[in-house]
Amino acid sequence: MRPVYAVSGGVSKFAKARPDKTFQGIVKEAYDYAINDIGLEFKQFTEIVDGSVASYFSDHFQRQLMSGIMAQDYLGLCPKPGHRVEGGGATGGLCFQEAWKSVASGAMDVCVAYGFETMSHVETWKGNEFIALASDVSFDYPVGGFYSGYYAMMVTRHMKEFGTTVEQMAAVSVKNYMNAFSNPYAQKHQRLTIKDVRNSPMVAWPLTRLDICVMSDGAAATILCSEEGLAKLEKAGGKRLPRIKVTGIGRGTDAMRMSDRPHDNYDKFIKSYALPHEAENKETQAYYKKLWAKGFRYPGVHSFRAGRMAGKQAYKMAGINDPLNEIDFIELHDAYTSSEIQTYEDMGLCRYGEGGPFAASGKAHMPGVDYGVKLKEKPICPVNPSGGLIACGHPVGATGLMQAVFAIWQLQGTIKKHFRDATLQIKDAKRGAIHSHAGTGTYVSVSILEREK
Amino acid sequence: MAKKNNTNNNNVPARRDENLDGTIVYNIPFPKKLDKESLKALKEMSPIVKRQPYHVEYIHSYGQDSPFFAGLSNKVFLGNRDPKSGYTYATPRGADMYTGNETDWVQLPTEGAIHAFTVCEFGSEEFLPETPFVLALIEFEGVDTLFLTRIVGLDPDQVSLDWIGMKVKARYLRNSKLKPTDVYFVPMNADAE
Repeated sequence: MRPVYAVSGGVSKFAKARPDKTFQGIVKEAYDYAINDIGLEFKQFTEIVDGSVASYFSDHFQRQLMSGIMAQDYLGLCPKPGHRVEGGGATGGLCFQEAWKSVASGAMDVCVAYGFETMSHVETWKGNEFIALASDVSFDYPVGGFYSGYYAMMVTRHMKEFGTTVEQMAAVSVKNYMNAFSNPYAQKHQRLTIKDVRNSPMVAWPLTRLDICVMSDGAAATILCSEEGLAKLEKAGGKRLPRIKVTGIGRGTDAMRMSDRPHDNYDKFIKSYALPHEAENKETQAYYKKLWAKGFRYPGVHSFRAGRMAGKQAYKMAGINDPLNEIDFIELHDAYTSSEIQTYEDMGLCRYGEGGPFAASGKAHMPGVDYGVKLKEKPICPVNPSGGLIACGHPVGATGLMQAVFAIWQLQGTIKKHFRDATLQIKDAKRGAIHSHAGTGTYVSVSILEREK
Repeated sequence: MAKKNNTNNNNVPARRDENLDGTIVYNIPFPKKLDKESLKALKEMSPIVKRQPYHVEYIHSYGQDSPFFAGLSNKVFLGNRDPKSGYTYATPRGADMYTGNETDWVQLPTEGAIHAFTVCEFGSEEFLPETPFVLALIEFEGVDTLFLTRIVGLDPDQVSLDWIGMKVKARYLRNSKLKPTDVYFVPMNADAE
């Protein structure tokens, strides 16, 4: 497979509603931004780009099938190749990887990945109904019919297994909101305290409204290319572009119905799911043996096996052995504060069971942001420096690509230029990870991006 | 050839019949004169946003899972089992995930324990009138997977993590609606029906 570079990106300002434009117009905002940022005119890029991948989750929100081709023609990309990718909340992350495949395989030299969702077309509770249709309509939807309820069940189990607290969850919300305060693309700009999070209306116990991301209208686009594609873009734009390389790709899946997920024993975990740094460490082995002795089983409903598999594959490909210390930042899928905590564990930033204390430790916080709380540890690997889904919003098909765009800007060192504020620039960021996640952990993708030396 | 009036020679209308169904607009502000300036000014126009209904009747087959629903409507709780490995599913599944074998129907225990739960204070539009409700995954002795259900008889205002592990028993709707909610669970100490 060929090396693939992520050269550029654009994001529309995420908003609760964008009635001023149709979805095509919102996509074009992100698309034009990505093109302009590499110094190209619309027509120049159209001549060079080989094709596209479109990302959006639901046909229901717009009551429009084939929205992908409507964006494609609006962007003037016809008759070039293109297709739509759909995988629930992970749609954007999967789209990024499909574009990567198009380039890595040699099929394209330049591929644009664009994604969107316009969720304002129905009322919030109808939107929740549409989202819940992404659960088994024979066995899950008629009983719960509410994604926040599904995730809340997962977290009650997490709390029971590990003693995770609601304050630890709230710490994630505070962190992500405080980060987003300096991100002009974020839907929400407010400073919060742990008390604010706990005092906001209860949605599905123990998750409050501020533990949960918001619905959004938005779009994002990224441009991926081969070495040859990079040369073409640089020649047309007359400037050298920063080399941000995609060095790892991983994906995993799990059963749609949480009830079907396995409850595996220690040996199976070590053999199939443990990360190398866990499987080789005697102390960690002893830690896990103790967990299993207490009745812990993997993944159960408290852990995302798909996230672990995605991380494991991506780390192997990128040569990462110690994710916490070898990744400079992660943009991960925090649709819920609880799922950010669960994802710390899946991605090996800490061990299973340690996600709660990790969230409140400071290790995943940003240096230079005042969170209004005393943190015990220094930042090691900031998680969701952008503010994540919780504060930026979650226009599903755009979300995974938004993460890619923010990661590209971090690695380019251009956050100040794009955010008009340098607060969220991680100094000398060399390697970042993006993590996209669908319905209770059914599809998960992890991609690793690195600044080439 | 069409004539100037509303019908042609064959009495076929040349004008579309109109009715009073759906959205009807009587007046949308618009420039009186269309010139270069007023056409340019159209870009400043507020977006037109309208609300429209959408309703569908689906013909939904439970397929190979149908006996489960037939069971519930007869107050019988069925699951599936791999004929060789014995792996047992509390939520019906026609084929075993690990062997690929077609599964058999077995009767499940009607007593279990809460494995995980939440109280939904909000919900999807369809279920909003039912909030707050207790949603839970139930584990059963000798059964390998869980079952998603509603718990009745617990006070949502007294929510506690200690509900996990609580013993519960199955109860059925008197009149089946052919939904998985035909069965629900109540605490073991709930009054007999």
